[in-house]
Amino acid sequence: MSEKVLMKGNEAIAEAAMRAGCKLFFGYPITPQTDLSEYLAKQMPKRGGLMLQAESEVAAINMVLGASAAGERVMTSSSSPGVSLKSEGISYIVGSDIPCVIVNVQRGGPGLGGIQPAQSDYFQATKALGHGDMHIIVLAPANIQEMALLTGEAFDLADIYRTPVMILADGALGQMMEPVDFGAKPVRELPAKDWACNGHGHKRLRNIVNSLYIQPEELERLNIERFERYKKIEENEVKYEEYLTEDAEITLVAYGITARIARTAVKLARAEGIKAGLFRPITLYPFPKKQLFELADKTNRFLSVEMSMGQMVDDVKLAVEFKKPVTHYGRTGGVIPSPEEILDEIRRLRREI
Amino acid sequence: MINVFENPKALTDIASHYCPGCTHGIAHRLVAEAIDALDIEGQTIGVAPVGCAVFAYNYFNCDMVQAPHGRAPAVATGIKRANPDNFVFTYQGDGDLAAIGTAETIHAAARGENITVIFINNAIYGMTGGQMAPTSIPGQVTTTSPYGRKPEIQGFPLRISEMMATIDGVAYAERVALDNVKNVRRAKVAIQKAFEVQRDKKGFSIIELLSTCPTNWGVSPVTALDYVREKMIPYYPLGVYKDITASKKEASE
Repeated sequence: MSEKVLMKGNEAIAEAAMRAGCKLFFGYPITPQTDLSEYLAKQMPKRGGLMLQAESEVAAINMVLGASAAGERVMTSSSSPGVSLKSEGISYIVGSDIPCVIVNVQRGGPGLGGIQPAQSDYFQATKALGHGDMHIIVLAPANIQEMALLTGEAFDLADIYRTPVMILADGALGQMMEPVDFGAKPVRELPAKDWACNGHGHKRLRNIVNSLYIQPEELERLNIERFERYKKIEENEVKYEEYLTEDAEITLVAYGITARIARTAVKLARAEGIKAGLFRPITLYPFPKKQLFELADKTNRFLSVEMSMGQMVDDVKLAVEFKKPVTHYGRTGGVIPSPEEILDEIRRLRREI
Repeated sequence: MINVFENPKALTDIASHYCPGCTHGIAHRLVAEAIDALDIEGQTIGVAPVGCAVFAYNYFNCDMVQAPHGRAPAVATGIKRANPDNFVFTYQGDGDLAAIGTAETIHAAARGENITVIFINNAIYGMTGGQMAPTSIPGQVTTTSPYGRKPEIQGFPLRISEMMATIDGVAYAERVALDNVKNVRRAKVAIQKAFEVQRDKKGFSIIELLSTCPTNWGVSPVTALDYVREKMIPYYPLGVYKDITASKKEASE
């Protein structure tokens, strides 16, 4: 089982999903995630699953709603403009309190944008993936091994907390190849899907999967209950990684592919005698607020490095509550920052301290 | 004592929210009677739309899923593909099925999804208070076509059953009306036939029911039935538009 294979990120997600018991996949072609659905189109029929290409992203996410309501493990994937189209369905899935996994292999925007890697859907993913009072769990892998691992984890989290979970990747992670091991994944206890609409067979009361609540007090009660669940997720499921943060004067905060580049920049800075460190959120929602708040007592300042004009930087600021200065460095539109230019920014900050 | 009239088992005891004189009640009953006749309530999942029938999930005794506006055929696709042996039906109005959900309708049909679509065509948006529908007929006055629907401005209505007949994945398509007893009885037969087509795994079945909306048409329930007869049926002729179960001999007759 613990054998390493060389695989593209998109394919690793697809393979991990099938191994997690994902029986149905509904999607629509869009660069740079199409090879994920192509992999499933080849594999799922051979392994007792179904990959169905929908007529639109809108239809795909609603097929996900239906299959999830029926009690099956189901996934869809897309890239930035396609995820915007899915947002209606995602809001309904949240409102219906049913699980699913959604993959966003991000590309540059806004509009049709470009097809190169970006991290500019952070706000959309973590704050406003649909209308209404809602969030979904957002996981940000930084390598192919993690793409596989977090995909399995995503299905469990979705079932346990009855919520959609997003794998927020980007075009670089989706397309690059690395060795990946699909071996033992931690086994978690999962709740029974006694809410599933799969025919009551006159053995139980009818089930209704619904997001409409006409009475404001009832809708309020359900929204409060959902946010209590978010709190529980924050208490139990927040994931992050720290690298040389113990004595860091300048703490970089970066996720996904950018975190790997930032890590190299930290090494280069250390080689020059600058005490830099890296904090890498793995759950973007819930954001590791508490951990950053505590880290603010040790470090002098934070630098959020993102492939965007500055989105996660707001969450870092909220987390550290103005205990220490927080700034942003980023490239956008599909441009990937180099370790050297991040190092330049670290040097500049060092001079300011 | 012999019971000659009773509520279908597949309907709940909950009083419906539909306006007096609206034909949704009849349509619900006919669907429930078909479910009872085939004894499939325990294996059936209904999909409620957005529109007047949004609360359909309260009225049917089978499992129910409420779909986003127009997406019922996509949601039904997911439910059916997850459990192909279940019966899945959608219950949709004209705005839901023929405007915002046109793509979902056509492509579910094209895939030959083995589901049954109950299409309520009353040529108006009821839930939002009487706006023009994709099936409002030329000249029809609505709140958003207050001078009557003018094809040169608002375009033409869609004839869904005729469109469905052109699609290979469609196994059965029929348009019926709920304006008199004879037509209601025909509608009952058509709906049961659609579920039988699904049972036999023949593909997509759709029954279009010409229905009334006295409230938003601004007429009495009786005048509304006359309107179906005099205005709607001439524009939307009744009949079987597609039936792949008919033998070649029957079809040629």
